[in-house]
Amino acid sequence: MRTERIVRFHFRSLGASRARRRVVVVGAGPVGLTLAIDLRLKGIDVTLVDEDDTVSTGSRAICWAKRSLEIFDRLGVAEPIVARGITWNTGRVFHRDRQVYEFNLQAEAGHAFPAFVNLQQYHVEEALVERAMAVGVEILWKHRLAGLDLREQPTLAIETPDGACTIEADWVLACDGAKSQVRRLMGLDFKGQVFEDRFLIADVHMEADFPTERWFWFDPPFHPGGSALLHRQADDIWRIDLQLGRDADPAEERRPERVIQRLRAMLGPDRAFELDWVSVYTFQCRRLDRFRHDRVVFLGDAAHQVSPFGARGGNSGIQDADNLAWKLALVLKGEAPERLLDSYDAERGPAADENILNSTRSTDFITPKTEASRRFRDAALSLAGDHAFARSLINSGRLSVASVYAGSPLNTADVDVFSGGPRAGSAATDAPDGKIWLLPRLGGSGFTLLRFGPGLDGPVRTVEAPADGIAAARYDACAGTAYLIRPDQHVAARWRQPSRAGIEAALARATGRTA
Amino acid sequence: MSKTIDRPDEVYEALIELHRGLDDEASRRVSARLILIMAAEIGDAEMLKRLIRTARTEI
Repeated sequence: MRTERIVRFHFRSLGASRARRRVVVVGAGPVGLTLAIDLRLKGIDVTLVDEDDTVSTGSRAICWAKRSLEIFDRLGVAEPIVARGITWNTGRVFHRDRQVYEFNLQAEAGHAFPAFVNLQQYHVEEALVERAMAVGVEILWKHRLAGLDLREQPTLAIETPDGACTIEADWVLACDGAKSQVRRLMGLDFKGQVFEDRFLIADVHMEADFPTERWFWFDPPFHPGGSALLHRQADDIWRIDLQLGRDADPAEERRPERVIQRLRAMLGPDRAFELDWVSVYTFQCRRLDRFRHDRVVFLGDAAHQVSPFGARGGNSGIQDADNLAWKLALVLKGEAPERLLDSYDAERGPAADENILNSTRSTDFITPKTEASRRFRDAALSLAGDHAFARSLINSGRLSVASVYAGSPLNTADVDVFSGGPRAGSAATDAPDGKIWLLPRLGGSGFTLLRFGPGLDGPVRTVEAPADGIAAARYDACAGTAYLIRPDQHVAARWRQPSRAGIEAALARATGRTA
Repeated sequence: MSKTIDRPDEVYEALIELHRGLDDEASRRVSARLILIMAAEIGDAEMLKRLIRTARTEI
């Protein structure tokens, strides 16, 4: 990667060989930074340690889903990310030399954020670091976790350029990625499936006027037998992903001459481009059995890993942070019992399973493991041009959306009849709200009662929306309908005509005070 | 299963005809296409999964 884009941060030592901190987040990637900002905004002191002193380098996450953007917005950091990124809603799928399928991920107008914004992970991290520093997160760069003693108080042995130090923490939040040092030090199993197909990822600098869409090819003329993906990023960088097969030699495939030859075939002989970053990789779909181990909680790739098809890695990590931050903040403030944290596993565990299932299915479609599997894949592709049903079978990645915590113990089941709108466990739906948006008025520092039309004020912050109009339609609301919204903007309960006692009971359940 | 096929001999003949003149690979391809087309016609996921399990029982 061109070095002018690497932002370097300042190492500062703790100034003591032994220190005590309430919450230590390990890993200053997108997940750790999101979590630290969210906790800090809720009034919790947070220390973030990272072994490096730069943002990430190389080809990492690029696609930030609508739900992640909404979370970033809640944290006050969406604007620079959207402004710098590339907005897209449309994907096209090609088979050989023809388009077989086109999809729009945001069929409905009237949402603050698009289906996706593409932005290199290092730019997202820059924006998050800036925000984290502005809200007072203590960030300790060049602090490498070398040991973790969990016999009593969690105690982190840290190595820095100035020597070793020790941090005692009440809580350790592991956001240190697929190769998590915390996970390794605790000797936890990371079980799942390893895929054998190798892929080439090339980030390429070129000036091209291709539309800002996701283009995916099966068996294209320029790369027979494989798949290809083209995606635009900021700064005229394009992500190209080529399936190389199981027998590819990574060392050979990484050679610039070899990569340039493959890209020439794809981009045409006249296209000027420059390699920014090249890697050859395989991927895994796996997870920890449990994400919480007493005072240590795992988030993002440290907890679960998926294939890249569907943009479910980074985006699910952001949702992990969104889910844990408010719960931990309430527990630390003594406003909820510690068992509220069990719901992190109960909600994010099924979410991880769903992400793994989806990304495994995509991977099996893109890289068929048997002849029969390939034949069905090719049959679906050959039918897709003329038959709409076949298009629904074509799986080039089922793209990340907000997880629905359908079976969560924090939900209060509907007692009234609803025929639409977000049910308990779903993320609240955005809608235009006069000249502003509905979602930023919900959640954040505490619970919100979203009430349509005049009515009862809740025991929590109450927000009123008109009983007719777009928001009411999206929430299947009429006059008096109310939704209890959690700090992470997920729905806890809803009523046609709420009672104070009903709201109190739902609030007690959603904060783990009653089962 | 107690399903019946309308005019069974005609349907059976058409199924055999579908493969006439095709080599094994083309024959498998056309079978895969037919299975997907019939699956779309049936539509119901639970029924399809039941039919898939039934197909596998004697194999």
